[in-house]
Amino acid sequence: MKIVVASGKGGTGKTMVAVNLAWALSQSQEIHLIDCDAEEPNVHLFYPGGKDEGPVTVKVPEVDSEKCTLCGACGEFCRYGAISVLTESVMFQAHLCHSCGGCMLSCPVDAITEVPRRIGMITRSEPSPTLTVISGILDEGEIAAPAVIKAAKEAGEWDGVSVLDGPPGTACPVIETMEGADVCILVTESTPSGLADLRRAAHLAEALGIPSGVVINRSDKEDGPTLAFCEEEGLPVLLTIPFDREIAAIQNRGAILCSEKEEWKEAFAQLYEDTIAITGDIS
Amino acid sequence: MKVCITSKGDSPESVPENRFGRTPFFVVYDDETGNVIEAINNSSANDASGVGPKVVQMLVSKGVNVVITGQVGGNANKGLEVAGIPTYAFGEAKTVADAYAAYKAGTLTRIV
Ligand code: SF4
Ligand code: SF4
Repeated sequence: MKIVVASGKGGTGKTMVAVNLAWALSQSQEIHLIDCDAEEPNVHLFYPGGKDEGPVTVKVPEVDSEKCTLCGACGEFCRYGAISVLTESVMFQAHLCHSCGGCMLSCPVDAITEVPRRIGMITRSEPSPTLTVISGILDEGEIAAPAVIKAAKEAGEWDGVSVLDGPPGTACPVIETMEGADVCILVTESTPSGLADLRRAAHLAEALGIPSGVVINRSDKEDGPTLAFCEEEGLPVLLTIPFDREIAAIQNRGAILCSEKEEWKEAFAQLYEDTIAITGDIS
Repeated sequence: MKVCITSKGDSPESVPENRFGRTPFFVVYDDETGNVIEAINNSSANDASGVGPKVVQMLVSKGVNVVITGQVGGNANKGLEVAGIPTYAFGEAKTVADAYAAYKAGTLTRIV
């Protein structure tokens, strides 16, 4: 069972929901918590000390200058401008490369081979016997977040329940995270811009065929438009977390709400039950 | 020596184009005679990505030695640098011919 926690934009408290959900579940079963926000991983702030599980690499071309005739074919093929044939050398700009392998195929003299290039890493920690935390971390300056997310998902793959903290937004990294998920929890705030972001995220989940429900965070009790939208779209509201000084203070300390407040532990356990219910899975 | 100037049109009277990779045309001068020898239609101008380096490769294949333009992005900058093509900003020049004259007079600022 893969549960993705997502939101149309950053800063809605998505990681807080993912971390608390995983913590609450880990009180009664084994859980994998996978941080898929590779560009700005935050889960490790709650669970520091992850062990390096090795690099994530992508394949990039390497030109053998002995064999290369500077014919220009590779550069003409590459639509990303990552490889350019210049007067005396072939220039490769790694940050533009999409690892499509096309330049290698286009070279008439087989001067190009593929070599691995590191773009990020995977870390793993076991903060409790029932909780495994896996983070996919994209290196500074790199852009291929989906490759790191895929590797993090593979590292956390198992038969039990996984909670995936997704990247914000609705672009490729989110799609990679949602791929293969059973259900999606969309975290939102009750503001007009929050609603616009929720709408985009909800439509993405729908397009990918993933059932979803909504968590309203930092609610000011004026959730009318959000509730109306959920009603209209048939999205169940799974949990409403009020805007509250005490909750904010716990968060600011980097602590886990559920571990300090019995009522929230129960609320998040219930969130899980209600989330599972959306998938139609009774187990 | 071939000197090329990014241009909105295909003649020396055209207005110089500020963008390097997405320029519609390159007007090419022969430095020895001072004549325009070619106006290259930039086929990469509307590509989605990687425009700068693609254009650099194209200019290299055409044997261009000097570029005069408005601004150069990072990826193209790297290409021009590695290719050893000195690049100048046309500054206040109102036409391609003005820009070429200013280059010959040595008043343009080198940017790559
Ligand atoms: S692998 Fe693809 S994107 Fe990368 S340089 Fe080669 S052709 Fe370009
Ligand atoms: S296609 Fe092969 S031979 Fe031609 S420039 Fe590229 S690496 Fe060199």
